[in-house]
Amino acid sequence: MSDTKNLVEVRDLKMHFPVKTGWNKTIPLKAVDGVSFDIKPGETLGLVGESGCGKTTVGRTLLRLYTPTSGEFRYNGELVTEKNMPSLRKEMQMVFQDPYSSLNPRMTVEDIIGEPLDVHKLYSSRDERREKILKLMETVGLNAEHATRYAHEFSGGQRQRIGIARALAVDPKFIVCDEPVSALDVSIQAQVVNMFEELQEKLGVAYLFIAHDLLVVHHISDRIAVMYLGKIVEIADADELNENPIHPYTTSLLSAVPIPDPNIARSRKRITLEGEIPSPLHTPSGCAFRTRCPYATEKCAQECPTLQDRGNGHQVACFNR
Amino acid sequence: MSENNMPKKNPLSMQIDLAKFEKATEEEKRQQDVMSESSTFFKDSMKKLFKNPLAVFSIIVLVAIILVIIFAPMVVPYGYSEILKVNGMRDKTAMNLGPMQFSENELKYMEENNVKLFPHIFGTDELSRDYFIRVVYGTRVSLAVGFFASIIVLIIGVLYGSISGYAGGKVDLFMMRIVDVIYSLPDMLVIILLSVVLKEVMGESTGIFAKLGTNMISIFIVFGLLYWVGMARLVRGQILSVKENEYVLAAKSIGAKPGRIIWKHILPNCLSVIIITTALQIPSAIFTESFLSFIGLGVAAPMPSLGSLANTARQGIQSYPYKLLFPALMICLIVLALNLLGDGLRDALDPKLKK
Ligand SMILES: Nc1ncnc2c1ncn2[C@@H]1O[C@H](COP(=O)(O)OP(=O)(O)O)[C@@H](O)[C@H]1O
Ligand SMILES: [Mg+2]
Repeated sequence: MSDTKNLVEVRDLKMHFPVKTGWNKTIPLKAVDGVSFDIKPGETLGLVGESGCGKTTVGRTLLRLYTPTSGEFRYNGELVTEKNMPSLRKEMQMVFQDPYSSLNPRMTVEDIIGEPLDVHKLYSSRDERREKILKLMETVGLNAEHATRYAHEFSGGQRQRIGIARALAVDPKFIVCDEPVSALDVSIQAQVVNMFEELQEKLGVAYLFIAHDLLVVHHISDRIAVMYLGKIVEIADADELNENPIHPYTTSLLSAVPIPDPNIARSRKRITLEGEIPSPLHTPSGCAFRTRCPYATEKCAQECPTLQDRGNGHQVACFNR
Repeated sequence: MSENNMPKKNPLSMQIDLAKFEKATEEEKRQQDVMSESSTFFKDSMKKLFKNPLAVFSIIVLVAIILVIIFAPMVVPYGYSEILKVNGMRDKTAMNLGPMQFSENELKYMEENNVKLFPHIFGTDELSRDYFIRVVYGTRVSLAVGFFASIIVLIIGVLYGSISGYAGGKVDLFMMRIVDVIYSLPDMLVIILLSVVLKEVMGESTGIFAKLGTNMISIFIVFGLLYWVGMARLVRGQILSVKENEYVLAAKSIGAKPGRIIWKHILPNCLSVIIITTALQIPSAIFTESFLSFIGLGVAAPMPSLGSLANTARQGIQSYPYKLLFPALMICLIVLALNLLGDGLRDALDPKLKK
């Protein structure tokens, strides 16, 4: 791995939501429970896992849409706090999952994309504002003639492009993409994913690319982190993870991916997970995955495995593999 | 794909027969484009509103009433508190005239001087005042009270509700308990108590306050103090649901301040509820005012309101039943028209009722 400085450093990030369980009683819902990772400038880290495992919460906590319970987040070496977040909002942005609810139905495209410009006062005249907006629309492949239209007049793919243009308006260096294509038609997903790649080449932004679809993530990511119940269980280079998965959860995820070549598909053993994902309100003791793991032992119930380097930056949190 | 390599279709199958489909021509594609022509939400709703015959009817009625109360006092040469005079002399024969009647003195005067006097369209009251102009002024007062009371309710309710809903958590809990307390106060009792207190405090004040009377002011104060809670609850509920949308999170992640988020993102999406509630608040305020005037707690004499006119007319109901008819009819018309308009607005502004 090269020695360039990390743009994003997350250490032991925890986000516990208080959940009321009765009169005056709350218990913590451990949506994110000790997550650490790094992202270099211009790099893409994929984040995969079943729905409900806390991926969205990781992204939103990084952007301080939630106040983290504990943990550190350094941006460009600088510790992110409540105080310096307002100035950092120009550096980090988010693309949301649902292209329908993420755009205000009462605003025109021009005003949606122009809002970051308005908030950070990034223009000196109306003309400059308009010029910037039209340029952004062009960048994401939208027709500039549609600037005065309302979001509901666009298709899902176009709406997601509007959302991306809004994120790009402040010229950020880091974008959290929260399942940006999972709500789109399969035929459009590829277009949008390719656009993310092109934008990265052109602008040099780093992505935290969240998805539950390993194929999409493998296509776009440099490295991939696999999450299970609020914890990262495996993190490795994209190809390494794909060819040499170690954690049993990763293996099961990969075996669920349809493979175009029937010969390879036949040779691969299918692993299906038993049981349901446990509720994050009552996580199992020790390793959270042990209730569904074919290799689970006594030790797994007592201790929680931490991420261990297995060479080449391939980190796995498992005692038995 | 040619027809040959399609799997054979089972006659019972629901499978779509691709062979029956044709590619859309350029012409058809263009039509699709035109159909989804840009239109704002507001324009859309107005179009829908004007397609609703009941709403259009009520708009016409309201506009007609407003035109009459604005222009009638300029045309009719009588004042609302002016006792009719003929030739500079008080006309004692002009008491309790029927609609379109002239008094004996007036008839004599017109014959002698060969002029035409302006007719008493609704007749006159027991103090020889022109009844039409009194009804016109009464409508003015009632509408103004309804309108301003609703604006007070709108401003306080929206401010309070949006702060409570947006802040959430403990702040919300605390603010809503206050609302619950206010909700449980008996409004009529408070109005009566307040008007008594205000009468003492303000005493012999002059100007606009004196003209309206302490009762009227206490009505406004009570609306400001008590009636906003319904609006506040409604706005809060709406905001709680709207703020879950991702565009609110998006605005936060951009760095927008709470004020901007409420103003630009949340309130516009609650607008329909607010407009409808305000439209329905006006008739309720008019009704309250009329009721209070009817039981003698309304505007100070000689200023008329629809309620006090009806109250006065009640005393002579056996001899002159039509005098009750005019103000009562006016109240009915206004309240009905505003309610129908509110209903129409609700249908027009509801995006789920798209047609
Ligand atoms: N604001 C919140 N308050 C309470 N619980 C939440 C909140 N947001 C998410 N959760 C819970 O946290 C867990 C993880 O959610 P999320 O991060 O959305 O998962 P994912 O994006 O991986 O599907 C879920 O069990 C969810 O119910
Ligand atoms: Mg999610």
